[in-house]
Amino acid sequence: MKKHVKKGITQDRIIIWTGNAILIVFLALILVPVVYILLCSIMDPSVRSSVGVSLDVKDWTLEGYRRVFQDDNIWRGFRNSFIYSISFTAISVFVTLLAAYPMSREDFMGRKFFNAIFIFTMFFGGGLMPTYLVMDQLNLVNTDWAVLLPGALNVWNMILARSYYKTVPGELREAAAVDGATDLQYFFKVLIPVCKPIIAVLCLYQFVAQWNSYFDAMIYLDDLEMQPLQLVIRAILVQNQINPNLVANMEKLAETAKLADLLKYSTIVISSVPLLLMYPFFSKYFEKGMMIGSVKG
Amino acid sequence: MVKAKTEERYFRKFSRYFKKNWQLYVLFLLPGLLLTLIFKYLPMFGIIIAFEEYSPFQGYFGSEWIGLYNFERLFSSTEFGRLLVNTLKLSGYNLIWSFFPPIILALLLNRVRRTGLRKKAQLILYLPYFISIIVLAGMIRLFFSPVGPINAILGTSTDFMAEPGWFRTLYIGSGIWQCAGWSSIIYTATLSGVSQELIDAAKIDGATVLQQIWNVELPALKPVIVIQFILSAGNIMSIGFEKVFAMQTDLNKVVSDIIPTYVYRLGLQMGDYGYSTAVGLFNSVVNLILLVAVNYIVSKLNEGEGL
Repeated sequence: MKKHVKKGITQDRIIIWTGNAILIVFLALILVPVVYILLCSIMDPSVRSSVGVSLDVKDWTLEGYRRVFQDDNIWRGFRNSFIYSISFTAISVFVTLLAAYPMSREDFMGRKFFNAIFIFTMFFGGGLMPTYLVMDQLNLVNTDWAVLLPGALNVWNMILARSYYKTVPGELREAAAVDGATDLQYFFKVLIPVCKPIIAVLCLYQFVAQWNSYFDAMIYLDDLEMQPLQLVIRAILVQNQINPNLVANMEKLAETAKLADLLKYSTIVISSVPLLLMYPFFSKYFEKGMMIGSVKG
Repeated sequence: MVKAKTEERYFRKFSRYFKKNWQLYVLFLLPGLLLTLIFKYLPMFGIIIAFEEYSPFQGYFGSEWIGLYNFERLFSSTEFGRLLVNTLKLSGYNLIWSFFPPIILALLLNRVRRTGLRKKAQLILYLPYFISIIVLAGMIRLFFSPVGPINAILGTSTDFMAEPGWFRTLYIGSGIWQCAGWSSIIYTATLSGVSQELIDAAKIDGATVLQQIWNVELPALKPVIVIQFILSAGNIMSIGFEKVFAMQTDLNKVVSDIIPTYVYRLGLQMGDYGYSTAVGLFNSVVNLILLVAVNYIVSKLNEGEGL
């Protein structure tokens, strides 16, 4: 009997340590490329191509960053992306929070009907060309609205908000109603202040979604002046079109190629900085947001 | 007669309700509803051009009606078989390979008893999700280029991005790298709701770790796993266009050309509006059928619990 228990314990230890080892390997697989990119973005291109990355400060250079920051397209992309992401987040979260309120009320007449209207769009859509034609006919192509409006009401986010509202005790609304508060007053003065966690989650989702997206901008914005950062860096990272002025002064072609790679590494780091700065502040809300979605979605 | 009466009664009830609660409809629901109607439902009516020889000058109602011609054209085209196979293979393999890592990660994290350590691990695991598709595609191109670090380690000079055989592996592998941690949140959150007492009780009964996982943790995760599976399987045909497009090169097109990229090329680059819409419609309908079918099968297997 005792022997049997002991055998179980050794087996358990092996399993737990194997599990931990898998976890550590996975964490390393995430961290190594990230650290590698950071190092490459400050590595002298000729050192990188001959000996690889080195931790010697002598081999480091800020040349990549200096050159990327000279690129007007990058600056303009940053500015556009900030404008798009902030406006999109504001519009989207506001509209979604509003729409979720009646949908959270059991007594709301027509709730099932409107719910069906919203849910159906999650599983079926008009597709690329019909959507493009609608945008074209509404004269939204080549305007900011083309990237701000179509995705503004996110049904999934609406479900999250609705589920969160349902966790707020109904007595609050009854008390507000007794005091003669309208729905609008109750919503802004009572409900919204207690929904900060879900609002934080939705803001994060929508900001990240807009900051990282490129497809809508690619099809709806032809004007270079309007392009968001992702399209600017797409030209550099994916299409390999690097502003010739930035790699000039380099005598040999091979040097140009190495410098181009340096610029790519710096571009990757620079374009990811805003999200990485936001990340720790929002991380405590991740699980909360997901939990709401999973339990009551 | 009776029906008319109930209808009338319902209408009266509704107008009373509306008078009292008009704010709910006009101030709260309307903005979101309008956005949905304009940007989601109007395009659905635009699908009509799949059955037309659509010309922008003649419009939706003026263009020539050609019935199912665009669909005949699709099914008889030489590219159709390859596109369908590419789409199904990419998303099918993706589903198989990407579905389980998040569950495994959540189970592993749940065993890390020290909260501080677990929180740090989670911070790292969720990080790649915030990298954009363009940056990810750029990273893949740099890492797997003939002179990149992967080739340096292997001592080879393979151009992975130009190699059709590597496309799916790179696509799916990078997807797991980027999303496994983030997708595990939903399972981690569910597991944190499982009372530790249940696991401790199992321990006292002499259950091994594997028995605890099998009898306590997996049953707790089951409903979430079912929903996640239905959702992923129902998305088979709508595999992310953005990432495929960012990873596509002329040389790997043999496998990376999928129905959504074909729709894009036909519609926006070649201006074949009607045909492009027909191909897109075929894709959405197959997707919808898959979703309904998977939901039906899973709910049969799962004692009536589906979406």
